[in-house]
Amino acid sequence: MQFSGPSISMHRLSRHYATVRAVDSVSLEIAAGSLVALVGLSGSGKSTLLKMVNRLVEPTSGTIRIGGEPVESIDPHVLRRRIGYVFQNIGLFPHMTIARNIAIGLELAGEKDRREGRVAELLDLVELPQEMAARMPDQLSGGQQQRVGVARALATRPGLMLMDEPFGALDPVTRDNLTEQYKALHQRLGLTTIIVTHDMAEALYLADRVLVMEAGRIRADATPAELVSGNVGAEAEALVAIPRAQAAHLIALGKKS
Amino acid sequence: MNPAWQQALARVPELLAAHVQLSFSALLLAMLICLPLAIWAARSPKVAAVALAVASLIQTIPGLALLALFYPLLLGLSALIGGGISAFGFLPALLALTLYALLPILRNAVTGLTGVDPAASEAADGLGMTAWQKLQYVEAPLAAPTIMAGIRTAAVWTIGAATLSTTVGQPSLGDLIFAGLQTQNWTLVLAGCLFSAALAIAVDLLLGLIERGIRERRRIMAIAGTALIAAGLLIATLPLMIARDNVVVIGAKSFSEQYILARLIGSRLEDAGYRVRYRDGLGSAVVYQALTAGDIDVYVDYSGTLWTNQMQRSDSQPKAAMLDTIAQWTRTSHGVTMLGALGFENAYAFAVRPEDARDKSLRTLDDLARVSSDFNFGTDVEFLERPEWQMVRAAYPIRFKNARAFNPTFMYPALKSGEVDVISAFSSDGRIAANNFVVLEDRKGAVPSYEAIMLLAPDRGSDDQLVAALNPLVGAITVELMREANYMVDRRDDKKTPRQAARWLNDKLKE
Repeated sequence: MQFSGPSISMHRLSRHYATVRAVDSVSLEIAAGSLVALVGLSGSGKSTLLKMVNRLVEPTSGTIRIGGEPVESIDPHVLRRRIGYVFQNIGLFPHMTIARNIAIGLELAGEKDRREGRVAELLDLVELPQEMAARMPDQLSGGQQQRVGVARALATRPGLMLMDEPFGALDPVTRDNLTEQYKALHQRLGLTTIIVTHDMAEALYLADRVLVMEAGRIRADATPAELVSGNVGAEAEALVAIPRAQAAHLIALGKKS
Repeated sequence: MNPAWQQALARVPELLAAHVQLSFSALLLAMLICLPLAIWAARSPKVAAVALAVASLIQTIPGLALLALFYPLLLGLSALIGGGISAFGFLPALLALTLYALLPILRNAVTGLTGVDPAASEAADGLGMTAWQKLQYVEAPLAAPTIMAGIRTAAVWTIGAATLSTTVGQPSLGDLIFAGLQTQNWTLVLAGCLFSAALAIAVDLLLGLIERGIRERRRIMAIAGTALIAAGLLIATLPLMIARDNVVVIGAKSFSEQYILARLIGSRLEDAGYRVRYRDGLGSAVVYQALTAGDIDVYVDYSGTLWTNQMQRSDSQPKAAMLDTIAQWTRTSHGVTMLGALGFENAYAFAVRPEDARDKSLRTLDDLARVSSDFNFGTDVEFLERPEWQMVRAAYPIRFKNARAFNPTFMYPALKSGEVDVISAFSSDGRIAANNFVVLEDRKGAVPSYEAIMLLAPDRGSDDQLVAALNPLVGAITVELMREANYMVDRRDDKKTPRQAARWLNDKLKE
């Protein structure tokens, strides 16, 4: 399998808001093709860190390189067109059909040919029926809308996907479904993905590397297996304890019956 | 159809055309100002705060005052750059109405643009849209229904407020309303109101159709609405596009005598083969400037008015000498020809009820001064600010209990009913004699004389044919004839239109 996704390198990256250090001197290497989960409580700085990668947030200091190229040397809109971005509130354009929503990146890039074919391909990819193409966003369920969000992000064939709580607002069944399907997609397309979530269970299931953030710093950096086995720090342990306790409770319930 | 309606409807097409042209221009100009400003304001809260504060401030100025303000403003500006700007007619009306239309358009556009769903905005950024693309693909389409709603509000306001542009000499449906109000011709008032209301409703419905088309993303609906508006605009303004050369424009201030004299002059000119147009309801201050600028060609003014207002004189001269001085002054200062005095005077005259005159033995202004502290004074809206009032007060120790301003139409009934005890009437007004009111003598000659005089615009003075057509009117109209003609229009029963009264007067002159 060829990885088309780039590697990412952050060096002493900080973002300060007045007196708050949302991200505090983070240095990090992310290998091409990896699926990294950023986990932490609200306000831990995980979204800010993610948004600095596509310059939706500008760093106070430090550098980010994507595939060796420093992001500040690229115009923000050019940079963002190379990166897929999916977020919790989806943000489909309510005045455009699903097909146009999906193809908007191609429209911006001035690609006129084969847009319809690409839309059909992407609908298949996110497992939506073709007749959705002509519908308007408000005619779709939340889960369907986020599938469109993923398809829209993938339309321009980016190597890097940034996902900010992408499935956070969906019901558990839809969410589980989408998580699983996205994991397959990530592998099939050879993407590099950074996904922000506050749900440790999701991170453990989805990612091949989990970063735990607290107060703007990375407190733990481990594989899911290492996290579950413990000894990776108190912050990580507190987050892992929740799904672990839930799992234990479920198992205990199963034994009783 | 009765003749009153026929007469009113005959004037509608031209006035409607002018009304549509003015309102549409103002609305378009306001949009051109507001939409870019709103885009800027949506990105900068400071700009939004300042722009909306200014627009709101403008909105608190009454429409009539805003129009009036532009007159001296443009006059000053014109003087500053050495002339060339007309302070009269279309321009001041356009500017005032444009300012008036700013607030609803600006406020809705800013609300619409800043109210775009933050998720859609974040998605636009995340997809790599430039600021311009974001505006084009996301912000403008999402804000469009709100912006359209603002334009709708502005359109209705503008069409309504455009009726006020009559006062600065811009023809509009307001001409019917103002003329009707002055002559108590309710048919005219009603026609003016009905047509401006119908215009506002029609435009509102069509803009509503476009708004709905945008909101529900039904392109056909938006296109149909736009096409209908464009068609309406074209049809409505058609009468203005028909070439009109050598039309003589006759000005009139806002009272019956002026309307009648304008029609009398008009009929004489039509007999001489001219085409004529009327600009009614002009303010005293505006009308002379309009003549010097050539915006109107002929009108009747009063010697005392020019003496105090235009010439800024506060001394007194005998009648004949005064007329000579005025004729010389208008010619040398503005090239305006004074064709001559019509033969009657319309001076400010203090009038009281006959029973008061008898019981309190009131004959002169000195007698009035004696009882003034018990008297309520009724006057027209401008008299208390006029120099004549200062002259009277300087000559006689008059101190009234209180003073109330009326539209001239309501001043006479107010005296009759006892609401007020003395009024500043006009000596040629037919309602003085009709009510047996007693005019108090000005024995000290404090008030200058108010001979009716006919004035011609600079480039009309040399038009021999026109001068020949109007010359017979000089010295021909006695105060009795004028009073009778005025009363025909002003009285409550068996009311005549100014045109009918002018025809009657014309027939009398030919006898």
